[in-house]
Amino acid sequence: MTATEARPEATAPEREIGKDRRRKEDQRLITGRTRWTDNIVLPGMLHLAMVRSPFAHARITSIDTTEAKQSPNVVDVVSGQDLAETQGVLINAWPITPDQKTPTHLPVAIDRVAFAGEIVAVVVARSAAEARDAAELVDVEYDELPAALDLKEAAADTVLAHPDLGTNKSAYWVFDSAEAGTGGAVDEAIARARESGGIVLEREYRQQRLIPAFMEPRSTVVDPTGEQLTVWSATQIPHILRFALAATTGIPESKLRVIAPDVGGGFGGKLQTTPEEWITVALARRTGKPVKYTETRSESLMAGHHGRDQWQKLTLAADADGSVTGLKVELLADLGAYVSLVGGGVPVLGAFMFNAIYKFPAYHFAVQTVLTNKTWTDAYRGAGRPEATFAIERLMDELAAEVGVDPLEIREKNWIKHEEFPFTTVAGLEYDSGNYELATARAKELFGYDELRAEQRRRRESGDPVQLGIGVSTFTEMCGLAPSRVLGQLDYGAGGWEHASVRMLATGKVEVVTGASAHGQGHETAFSQIVADRLGVPFEDVEVLHGDTQIAHKGLDTYGSRSLVVGGEALVKATDKVVEKAKVVAAHMLEASADDLEFTGGRFAVRGTDQGVAIQDVAGAVFAAHDLPDGMEPSLDSDATYDPVNFNYPHGTHLCAMEVDTETGALRMRKYACVDDIGNVINPLIVSGQVHGGLVQGIAQALWEEAVYDDSGTLVSGSFVDYLLPTSADTISFEVDHTTTPSLTNTLGTKGVGEAGTIASTPAVVNAVVDAVRHLGIHDIRMPCTPERVWRAIQDAGSGGEPTTGAAAPHFDASTGMDGTVDRTAGGAQ
Amino acid sequence: MVRINLTVDGAKVADDVEPRMLLVHYLREKLGKTGTVVGCDTSNCGACTVHLDGTSVKSCNVLAVQADGGEVTTIEGLSQNGELHPVQEAFRECHGLQCGYCTPGMIMQSVDLLKENPQPSEEEIRLGLEGNLCRCTGYHNIVKAVQHAAGQGAQA
Amino acid sequence: MIPAQFDYLAPTTVEEALAALAQHGDEAKILAGGQSLLPVLRMRLNAPEMVIDLGRIPSLRGIRDDGDAVVVGAMTPHTVVGSDLLVAEHAALVSKAIEHLADAQIRHRGTFGGALAHADPAGDLGAPTLALGAQFVVQGPGGTRTVPAEEFFVDLFETAIGEDEILTEVRLPKHTGWGAHYEKFVRVAHQWPIVAVAAAVRVEGGTIAEARIGLTNMGSTPLRARAVEEALAGQPATEDAVRAAAAHAAEGTNPPSDLNGDADYRRHLATVLTRRAVLTAAGAGG
Repeated sequence: MTATEARPEATAPEREIGKDRRRKEDQRLITGRTRWTDNIVLPGMLHLAMVRSPFAHARITSIDTTEAKQSPNVVDVVSGQDLAETQGVLINAWPITPDQKTPTHLPVAIDRVAFAGEIVAVVVARSAAEARDAAELVDVEYDELPAALDLKEAAADTVLAHPDLGTNKSAYWVFDSAEAGTGGAVDEAIARARESGGIVLEREYRQQRLIPAFMEPRSTVVDPTGEQLTVWSATQIPHILRFALAATTGIPESKLRVIAPDVGGGFGGKLQTTPEEWITVALARRTGKPVKYTETRSESLMAGHHGRDQWQKLTLAADADGSVTGLKVELLADLGAYVSLVGGGVPVLGAFMFNAIYKFPAYHFAVQTVLTNKTWTDAYRGAGRPEATFAIERLMDELAAEVGVDPLEIREKNWIKHEEFPFTTVAGLEYDSGNYELATARAKELFGYDELRAEQRRRRESGDPVQLGIGVSTFTEMCGLAPSRVLGQLDYGAGGWEHASVRMLATGKVEVVTGASAHGQGHETAFSQIVADRLGVPFEDVEVLHGDTQIAHKGLDTYGSRSLVVGGEALVKATDKVVEKAKVVAAHMLEASADDLEFTGGRFAVRGTDQGVAIQDVAGAVFAAHDLPDGMEPSLDSDATYDPVNFNYPHGTHLCAMEVDTETGALRMRKYACVDDIGNVINPLIVSGQVHGGLVQGIAQALWEEAVYDDSGTLVSGSFVDYLLPTSADTISFEVDHTTTPSLTNTLGTKGVGEAGTIASTPAVVNAVVDAVRHLGIHDIRMPCTPERVWRAIQDAGSGGEPTTGAAAPHFDASTGMDGTVDRTAGGAQ
Repeated sequence: MVRINLTVDGAKVADDVEPRMLLVHYLREKLGKTGTVVGCDTSNCGACTVHLDGTSVKSCNVLAVQADGGEVTTIEGLSQNGELHPVQEAFRECHGLQCGYCTPGMIMQSVDLLKENPQPSEEEIRLGLEGNLCRCTGYHNIVKAVQHAAGQGAQA
Repeated sequence: MIPAQFDYLAPTTVEEALAALAQHGDEAKILAGGQSLLPVLRMRLNAPEMVIDLGRIPSLRGIRDDGDAVVVGAMTPHTVVGSDLLVAEHAALVSKAIEHLADAQIRHRGTFGGALAHADPAGDLGAPTLALGAQFVVQGPGGTRTVPAEEFFVDLFETAIGEDEILTEVRLPKHTGWGAHYEKFVRVAHQWPIVAVAAAVRVEGGTIAEARIGLTNMGSTPLRARAVEEALAGQPATEDAVRAAAAHAAEGTNPPSDLNGDADYRRHLATVLTRRAVLTAAGAGG
């Protein structure tokens, strides 16, 4: 092959970035050729079943495993005592204050359980069915203890979740703009507003407890039979899991291989190091056999970490014309029974975002994290930022109502104007770019804002039983977690960099290795597009590898809308290194000076001549290594580890129209339009999917989802019968568009998109519901806005703020069958 | 143990199974048809949807012994002669999947829906898929995919 | 997710099934489609020693015209009942209720008699069959007896079917030409109704001559809204007249309080949904 031979593939391929490529991932997913963890079967594999506490808080007085051990094909039955220190311990990676109270969290409890669902014993058997059969035979005696359940009561230490700690208060974390030097003193601003005829709004909002409810239940398989212990797990964080296992079990990190094969959704719910993973590892080591554990949906809902669960006390000060002067945020955050991996860091991630896109001169944020006897909480899509966005966007609507102007007008009065970027906020963040005016104008047009406002007036005037409300959310968020320096300042236990490798194969194909571990986001496609463009190779020739610590040896995984903006940037840098190396070889092959070469469309060409060589040919030459420049190593392969210099700040304007049936409280979404600015887009198709899915999760918080506990600490919404996920029949098609203000903090000008829809949509929906009935004297309806809450708010012209109570209806009753016997075990109906 | 004989994705199979074995576990564990997955324990999610004797069923809600003598089609038997079924093709074309876990059930139910109603309205599609939960897509592109498949004459 | 061990019988005649039931008594559960039974077994809320599957008894399937009634075999799947022309013509209320019963997959597999015998007060078939005055044919060792709907639903998950008996068919008295509507209130589509109202009305020249109204999930059994029925008789099919009558919908009910709503909210819903169901039914049959 001569250096100058023309290669058809190398002639300036069409630009890949910005193309709506169909996903590479899909072929196997639509044909069922999938690799979920639960699909894995290994020779001699054993199965686990967990025995879980039915009590929220109890002492374990005895565990009798005799009968269970005699059950057919049972290999072992172990308690926490049996495992002792071999089981390791679960870690909190983010102690938010030096004096944070962090109860010890053992995978299998030994003497006390702190939430209903905590594991007290484990059965190992030859089949999953036999393991479950034997689990029913483990006899555990408990001495029930009073349980700390209600967040506000727990914060008052009336009942202790962990008596040994002496308090339920885990950590108190504060940001104050006056102290930080980023703004004024908020109490002064509030006092000034009170004294000078300004506006002071005081509100309290409830962020209900949510469950991530990824579709694939968690599953772990551990094979101890090789030199390395291999762990397959349905996780978002194979690298962090490997580190944490090594750090707490004594297994050298180099003897651990963690693989996240196909992972069926996460949304933060698989950003965890779990008791179930630790237990599977412990029992594989104990038995010397491959071991599998796959949870049921009920177990997943009960024991997988939950999200949100905060009380938000907010005070906003403004001048009489609605110009904001101060914002004070006081949060109570429910950690559940243990401080999870990110734990109290979740509300801290929201601490810098309550001021949002607005120019507050003074800001104060404080969060008290609280331990209770409920399932632990951690990240759920948005993690901290949805809570912040909800609060401020609800408040801006309240402020508009107080001033008596359109909610968009009050926002425009207070937001950062496009010519004011870069803008350092009162929380100390530097927003690099944005154009709120443009996104809002486009959203209004897409939505038909003026027409819907006119219809709203008509319905109101005619006393239509179905009222129309319009909700606004002009959100921003910080994403791309995270600059390691910032994480260090916040006492997070790790950095926020990401790693990528690009390998040029001898045949001209390209292998890309990323430390960002995908679970549905389409990394394989989007990353292929980036590499195809930068190397000028066909999209099809790029193979993206991830999710196996033996292949992608280095990484910090996928969460916080970081994959593209951090992982993608690492990839850009690695790719650029490949090109730099190849350029030296190309110059040698072309007998030209490297300075005279230009690289376009995959081809190094000597400027002003028709001489050139394709990068694939350079790769071939490097593989042969017969004739390389002196001192050049025979490899183009390159790595890059990128630590972001800043977060980035997607923003957008979301508009929602809700119809409220005032007779029943029933809600119907009429229209939803959003215009997001996520910078440059790599793949519009994938981006639209992220937006749609994000929207529905945020809408679902507003309307449907809530993890409800009863007075004894049992999760009442413990199955998909009662934890209400919306279906296609409950949702609508969305109007989605974009404006593009490229981010200035990364090469590609991209911003994160994974969480934007969820962060933005919740307040848009609640604002719409409240707007529909505001004329009836209503200024808030607690989430989820159930028909009953809406109806009661209308009846009482009150706040619609009662907590959800009541048992689940017993549709699946023990007496089910056609024989008509009654043997009610599930209570509830009266 | 009970002896069952059935046809799965065109192949005749026979096994001794415990009566308690669910059809989905039979498919996954005995036949290695891991394309069909389990997503819940209350039959809400529909991830395990397959066709039994020509209509869609939730295979977690059928005992393997109940399927004795029947004909089962799973996601793995949907494409013929290496050609994707038009509904499979439509899900890819319209980005009707992300993590892909609900996808086998969603596609099997969509095929059933189009068989009964080849030109469904958006509302009919949305109602027809009410037994299948998806957590990634917000359903927007799933609905588009079914519309796309209907436009391609997927019922044929 | 895995049921406890059980033995399994799949008789091919009702007599065999009855014999098996007699032999195993209360250790046995009847599998009649299984769309509610299998979740119960999977979650191990119940662990019968024997499951008797009625799915292979041909005589329990099918729909036939029997003079003044349409007769539905107990093991006829919902989809078949829901798309049956005889049912649509003479017992349209049942067809309407089946349209939105559970989801497509469950309608394919679940059976008419299985759902009724399950007797979940939130089930969609109790109210329409009660409203239409259905007759439940039950077979036992002593022969066959017919139970009127008023006596069939005894309590939560309890019917008049004896421990040694099987529901074989349901006779739906013909209500040819009646307008019918099933108004179901849910938060998300895959839920059991929070409340639902089944209304069938005979309209003559703009006047409601007769109305039959059943309530779903307003007590431990499906209920007839007799006060509404009486108040409607002879009234014009107008919004105001129907509103006044529907105000009686919650009389004599004892609805549950649960995650989806308190009893008083359900009572309120019943009045609104009854008005809507009757007006729609009157429009459909007028």
